[in-house]
Amino acid sequence: MKLVSLEMGSGGRLMQDFIREKLLPVFKNRYLGLLHDSALLPAGLALTTDSYTVDPIFFPGGDIGTLCVNGTVNDLVVSAARPEYLSLALIIEEGLEMATLERILRSIKKTAVRTRVSIVTGDTKVVPRGQADKIYINTAGVGRLVGRPQPEKIKPGDKILVTGPVGEHGLAIMLARNNFRMTSRVRSDCAPLIFLLPLWKNGALWMRDITRGGLATVLSELADKISYPLLVEEERIPLSRTLRGAVEILGIDPLYLACEGRALLVVKESEANRALKFLRNSSSGRQTTVIGEVQDKTGRKGEALLRTSSGGLRLLEPLTSELLPRIC
Amino acid sequence: MPPRKSSLETLSDWRSGPTIRNLLRAISRETEAINRPLRIMEVCGTHTMTLHRSGLKPLLKEAGVVMVSGPGCPVCITPDYYHEAVIDLVTSQKNIIATTFGDMTRVPTGRGSLQTTVPSPGSEIKIVYSPDEALELAGQHPEKEVMFFGAGFETTIPAIAFTAKKAAATGLKNFTLLAALWLIPPALEAILRSGEVDIDGFIYPGHVSVIIGQQAYSFVAEKYRLPGAIAGFEPADVLLGILSVVRQVRAGRPEVANEYRRAVRAEGNPGALALMAEMLEPYEAEWRGLGRIKNSGLRLKSEWQKLEAARRFNLRLQPGKSLKSGCRCGEVLKGLLEPVDCPLFARHCNPDHPQGPCMVSYEGACLIEYKYSSGEKKK
Repeated sequence: MKLVSLEMGSGGRLMQDFIREKLLPVFKNRYLGLLHDSALLPAGLALTTDSYTVDPIFFPGGDIGTLCVNGTVNDLVVSAARPEYLSLALIIEEGLEMATLERILRSIKKTAVRTRVSIVTGDTKVVPRGQADKIYINTAGVGRLVGRPQPEKIKPGDKILVTGPVGEHGLAIMLARNNFRMTSRVRSDCAPLIFLLPLWKNGALWMRDITRGGLATVLSELADKISYPLLVEEERIPLSRTLRGAVEILGIDPLYLACEGRALLVVKESEANRALKFLRNSSSGRQTTVIGEVQDKTGRKGEALLRTSSGGLRLLEPLTSELLPRIC
Repeated sequence: MPPRKSSLETLSDWRSGPTIRNLLRAISRETEAINRPLRIMEVCGTHTMTLHRSGLKPLLKEAGVVMVSGPGCPVCITPDYYHEAVIDLVTSQKNIIATTFGDMTRVPTGRGSLQTTVPSPGSEIKIVYSPDEALELAGQHPEKEVMFFGAGFETTIPAIAFTAKKAAATGLKNFTLLAALWLIPPALEAILRSGEVDIDGFIYPGHVSVIIGQQAYSFVAEKYRLPGAIAGFEPADVLLGILSVVRQVRAGRPEVANEYRRAVRAEGNPGALALMAEMLEPYEAEWRGLGRIKNSGLRLKSEWQKLEAARRFNLRLQPGKSLKSGCRCGEVLKGLLEPVDCPLFARHCNPDHPQGPCMVSYEGACLIEYKYSSGEKKK
């Protein structure tokens, strides 16, 4: 008997296979087939949806409320859409403390104000105790297109940028669960990416928010989409000191840890310096770094390669087995 | 006075480009003098990981050293029938909590994996990060039987022995241990005795050596006249080990070098060894790929039999009919076959659909090769 495994929802290759083999053939239409982070609809609209099941619901740096707004907003931003309207559907376990629910709602409100979106419709369901874990949230978001991703135009020399240190959300959640009995100052990077929107008119060819599967998975997805291999330098990948220490102790590869407020961008070579300057001047992008480029000297089409700090080359594969379920 | 370095900066020294280049050049000079490429077996899966993760394997080949992976992955060498016995138990009996390390749950067997198993009502399969966590579960769930299915080498064995001792001392009646515990030196001897594997020396596992010390390998140098070096797990550590082996080859003076002196003492860890001897005894164990090897496994001593899961649940730990065919993990574990030369590799066997344990474990040669290496054969 074939059973659904946790890995099928991990954002890794198994989930890609599921979407391609089981979902697409059933629901195929011109919008879905593109498999963007959002569907690009007529009249310049983009639509996206996401469900949030994070455990624990409160964690250093955020909570399920900040996450359910930022996550959906960010999916729109990386699809070149300015987020405008959100729906909010709550699935609540019977017995959740009302004060907890109110705290989450306040987070949602605050994050919506910060990202300039209005919550315009919603739904509330309560299920018997034990049939859900505290609270799950689904949001859908509608945005207006301000540009267009153009992965087909990416060519050698174009730069690959990361908007800040990676992996902090994944690590914060991992440690918040306390399975490792280890404490750390690391906080989730959960934040909106709306500051990236102007770049759609200023040299950005492609963007992706770095979520489940981490930087390595996003890079390998990018390599799949374009006609040239890409090469990034391990030494240039921004990692905070705190995170560096923690992943050494735990033996975790930080390139596979999730973020909730970082993006990977491909920017035209000629615009790269200006884009970098622009991002470093915005408060959320201060630590933006050029980590590598698209090139045609090393590797083959479809490959994302990492030049390690030791000077060797290593292939970046998408995440296959789940580090940890329910991180977002 | 120079500023004091933090431990993280020290760590990055062990990975830095200039250090690595110097070591590679030194290795290259030696192999040029020897005038033939050398084959060195890294026994430990974590060394395999270091070599691939840092991209060193191709650079070493250029420097005249071909690295061959050895049997150092406990998940890989544990025979299927251990998993099948656990699957039988949780599907046939109620109120069993079978605990194990994460990698173990994905090993494919003729009866599926622990991960795809649907346990009987009240029973479950749970991933733990340490044997102690399993013991805690037993304390929290007196109404259930908690079994820890532990696979490991000398690195992990002391922690498992410690948990067993603690379980015996606390008098918990619902905790048992299914021990799949393996010893490295007898396996190396079996590989050497078989004469099948053509190698010029060993990189000995660092963490195992922290426990068993330097002397445990002296038979390799004395009886088999083969060089070897204990190495740590940073890229420069492994290269220092390789350099030592290459120099021993050139000088014709095999020994057991210790290139992991910041962690390994000649005598090992006497406390851990004493604990192992107190709780466990050697027996003739069966390894996947290597077969039965005298004194190569550890099991609970007779006075601790009440902790023995095989006895409590009457588990059948014997080879049954294996349904898997074509998987050549056995040869990979002996260093006879490169992962890419297995007909299943990347075609019918990948991390999402593994056909054998070497594609499951984070220390498995096939998974590591698949994840980190770019190559024609793969795509």
